[in-house]
Amino acid sequence: MTEHINNIGEYPSENDIMKALTDRHGIERQKKFNAAKVCICGLGGLGSNIAIMLARAGIGRLHIIDFDRVDITNLNRQQYRVAQLGKFKTEALKETLSEIMPYVEVVYDTVRIDDVNMYELLKDDDIICEAFDNPYAKAMLVNGVLEHFPEKYLVAASGMAGMGSPNDIRTRRLSAHFYLCGDGVSDVNDDIGLVAARVMICAGHQAHTVLRLISGELK
Amino acid sequence: MVKINGKDYDVSGMTITEYLTSTEYKKELIALERNEEIVPKAEYDNTVIEDGDIIEIVSFVGGGSL
Repeated sequence: MTEHINNIGEYPSENDIMKALTDRHGIERQKKFNAAKVCICGLGGLGSNIAIMLARAGIGRLHIIDFDRVDITNLNRQQYRVAQLGKFKTEALKETLSEIMPYVEVVYDTVRIDDVNMYELLKDDDIICEAFDNPYAKAMLVNGVLEHFPEKYLVAASGMAGMGSPNDIRTRRLSAHFYLCGDGVSDVNDDIGLVAARVMICAGHQAHTVLRLISGELK
Repeated sequence: MVKINGKDYDVSGMTITEYLTSTEYKKELIALERNEEIVPKAEYDNTVIEDGDIIEIVSFVGGGSL
């Protein structure tokens, strides 16, 4: 590990950052991360956190999709700042990602994904993260991806609301290319609240499953 | 016997639609895999559950403001 201390205002080159990432992740793993194309559908409490974790790993291309704008009620758990209120989540998150990890390619679509446009939107991505809030939209996306893109990997989530134990959140492999994270039952519509810590645990499960898939840990 | 979400049920011979109607699952909120393959919703009516099938039903719950 390097003992280098950066100067304030110093802007690292792409090589500097790649060397730092390689120090932490190892060269072979970093090559796989750099070559990966991951799509995140929904940029709320799950998606905004997943995107930041994957950007920090140096994922080659992040494709982020959301139709919504940053709202004050998002601040309790989503990775947006007061200065970003009113902005499209796609644009706000791209800005944040480029500040954290400037050489990660981030492409975005500010659109509501439906069962008509999803095939064109997702066709170039290798791994899809389902990170919606609405359970009908979750079911629509999961069915569409599993039916039409059996070659892609899908990492979805269900059940991360409330103040229940963090240990109830887990990752299950449901079929060869389909992983599901969450406790499976904690529904925000049961009025049990929704806090950053528990949502981020679920987002962490999703992001880490993506990294395990890319590095070949889950073959 | 048929295994559904890890438990044994005596439902072979029923279609997926018939089975779902006998439960509290809402078709619009689920994804259903049979022997590790997704069953398209358009095929629920004419897919007959067979003895030995392993079925996983995921029913999604909300995770944000609706």
